[in-house]
Amino acid sequence: MSTTEAKRKASQTHEKKPQAMTGAEIVIQALIDQGVEHIFGYPGGAVLPIYDEIFNHKDDIHHILCRHEQGCAHAAEGYARSTGKVGVCLVTSGPGATNAVTGLTDAMLDSIPMVCITGQVPTFLIGTDAFQEADTTGITRPCTKHNYLVKSIEDLAAVMHEAFHVARSGRPGPVVIDIPKDIQFAKGMYKNAKDDVHKGYNPKTMPDMDAIEAAVDLIAHAKKPVFYTGGGVINAGPEASQLLREFVRETNIPITSTLMGLGAYPAHDRQWLGMLGMHGTYEANWAMHDCDVMINIGARFDDRVTGRIDKFSPHSTKIHVDIDPSSINKNVQIDIPVVGDAKEVLKAMLHVWRARKYKMDQDALGKWWEQVEIWRRKNCLAYKHDSKIIKPQYALERLRHFTEEDPRDTYITTEVGQHQMWAAQFMPFNDPNRWMTSGGLGTMGYGFPAAIGAQVAHPDGLVVDIAGEASILMNIQEMSTAVQYKLPVKIFVLNNQWMGMVRQWQELLHGERYSNSYTESLPDFVKLAEAYGGVGLRATNPDELDGVIEEMLAVTDRPTIVDVMVDQKENCFPMIPSGKAHNEMILSPDAAMFDKTLV
Amino acid sequence: MTNAAQKKTKNKSVYASGPKQSAIESHTFAVLVDNEPGVLAKVIGLFSGRGYNIDSLTVAETDHDASLSRITIVCSGTPQVIDQIRTQLEKQVPVRHVSDLTVSGPFVDRELALVKVVAAGEKRIEALRIADIFRARVVDSTLNSFVFEVTGDMGKVEAFLELMRPLGMVDVSRTGVAAISRGQESFAKQSIQ
Repeated sequence: MSTTEAKRKASQTHEKKPQAMTGAEIVIQALIDQGVEHIFGYPGGAVLPIYDEIFNHKDDIHHILCRHEQGCAHAAEGYARSTGKVGVCLVTSGPGATNAVTGLTDAMLDSIPMVCITGQVPTFLIGTDAFQEADTTGITRPCTKHNYLVKSIEDLAAVMHEAFHVARSGRPGPVVIDIPKDIQFAKGMYKNAKDDVHKGYNPKTMPDMDAIEAAVDLIAHAKKPVFYTGGGVINAGPEASQLLREFVRETNIPITSTLMGLGAYPAHDRQWLGMLGMHGTYEANWAMHDCDVMINIGARFDDRVTGRIDKFSPHSTKIHVDIDPSSINKNVQIDIPVVGDAKEVLKAMLHVWRARKYKMDQDALGKWWEQVEIWRRKNCLAYKHDSKIIKPQYALERLRHFTEEDPRDTYITTEVGQHQMWAAQFMPFNDPNRWMTSGGLGTMGYGFPAAIGAQVAHPDGLVVDIAGEASILMNIQEMSTAVQYKLPVKIFVLNNQWMGMVRQWQELLHGERYSNSYTESLPDFVKLAEAYGGVGLRATNPDELDGVIEEMLAVTDRPTIVDVMVDQKENCFPMIPSGKAHNEMILSPDAAMFDKTLV
Repeated sequence: MTNAAQKKTKNKSVYASGPKQSAIESHTFAVLVDNEPGVLAKVIGLFSGRGYNIDSLTVAETDHDASLSRITIVCSGTPQVIDQIRTQLEKQVPVRHVSDLTVSGPFVDRELALVKVVAAGEKRIEALRIADIFRARVVDSTLNSFVFEVTGDMGKVEAFLELMRPLGMVDVSRTGVAAISRGQESFAKQSIQ
């Protein structure tokens, strides 16, 4: 045990006997007792008592000062997703809380465990339109798993612990605790209620064995099965990924995954088909369309995945494993629903599979694999290399090469757009919790603060934010944070001077009418990085790329922005046009596919 | 726009077009919740946020010691939407128990309405006569007005209002539906298990 760890342990209260404390002390003590080491925050009038208490506990809780509350929330998300722990952020009332809303909504859609503490004006001023007052619980109700307005000091300790329980249990999500300033000053009793579970909230995690047996029996009799896994496997912890790998290998069934589920199954494996969905691989989408048994584990049939819903995988019997019963039958009718935690379900499935000594029909499975290999030979991610202009795919292939050689653990985050899809297609994800992207909400500006959160959690890790020049400007102020805490985050900007995905849709669907998708004045990213105290690098042709990446990887004490000037016209393929089914995906901008037959 | 016309239009949306709709059903839900601030807003927000229809909603504390309230919701939607409403309600943190009374067995539902009718002469007599048929009580009277109190399921209340409208009905106040299952099964007890 290190000295800091020993100190932390000493600071934790082990007694359940109530002790008198101020509200601010209760907040910090509850965080310590919950094992929180880092919080991402921004001070302001309504949280000053809590900041004063942080000042007393510098050794127990490390506060990371972000430069915008949206940054705080995304950093907490990156921290949570890269560790599996609950991410914590602390912001002030009014604008502090409203700025955090995008991050809360992002965490809601991607099921990220997070606790966000917001300051509030004193209870006697609530409802008077006081300075920096906002109806935080009202505003955040639809974008949180749950929220609390603490109106009595006696409730505070229980609420603090309950919030962590709610955030991490069942389908994880963000929880807001709104604490008026007078409650932070008031004296009350603190109880370490860490293990007291909520009276009514105990989501089901253990699956129903009848459903498990039916599912395993169906899998064993399948002729053309496919695994379709999602973020639920990541959220269920590393053991779930391990069990998934065992089950997939023992059955020899092909596997694909959603954007959120990348890393649960190793990308270098023979059975891996790549990501599915709108910009997924040809083999993954065709396998989904033609399969006879679909095994969905922890994914939610998002519209980016299913394409045209009435033509989605028309011939398959569908198994859906989800911890959230409301995900089942929400978008797609399910034949065998299994409600439970992905880890518990996989454990039970493997147990039944082994105990009953099931074997797949090798003949049928062999034929299925032959078909999959035919699709794979389309080589759908191929692109034309250019010796003069950097293709974005080429830039990522080089980045992939160098990160694979690097001895450090690599964590990849992204912003949102073309670069995000290319990153999902070209980067190697071989382990869970190494990939952080805004999947559900599609938040431009997510990747950089999320990278800061991941780097704080893994100081020795190699953290790269794959960005676009438009997205990165949405939270560029966090450069200041990264410099302050000497975080060597790499920002790999695929700079095409366009909002690439917007431009792509305008080109393909709006008759090349490029309305407001070109950025006429961009900052000089090299000078920008230097102005903040970071390192700025640029690559303008393919020959410069390797050197620049090596230089980037060598920086260990501050952030680096790499401005990679890429082909402005490159589009992201393959693609399922909207209103089309999986088997109608296109590999290139074939105009015939965008004709007027679209429904 | 007709369906054929829609088909010819190029879809520029990043979203696929919606699925075909199946038949709309009406369901009555009983929901037991922790009586804490914001719980009603949470339930209502869930309906408005996801575009579900509420036909009737009543709420009141039913267990003071345990601080529990019972919400009765009558809503309509396709079977898939009804299923979503149930599961979405169940996953809310302050929601203890949800029962779809329409599915779980026979149930009794009642609503109370106060109806003000301003009329004279033959219409006034006719209003009284109809009130008698519906077993509505007169709870206030002046020389040219009545306030009736009528109790029954939604259909009966609707029928009463329909008849009172041409007779000089000027105001209506309805409580919304309260519902409970028939037989000895206890909803509150199920929620504890």
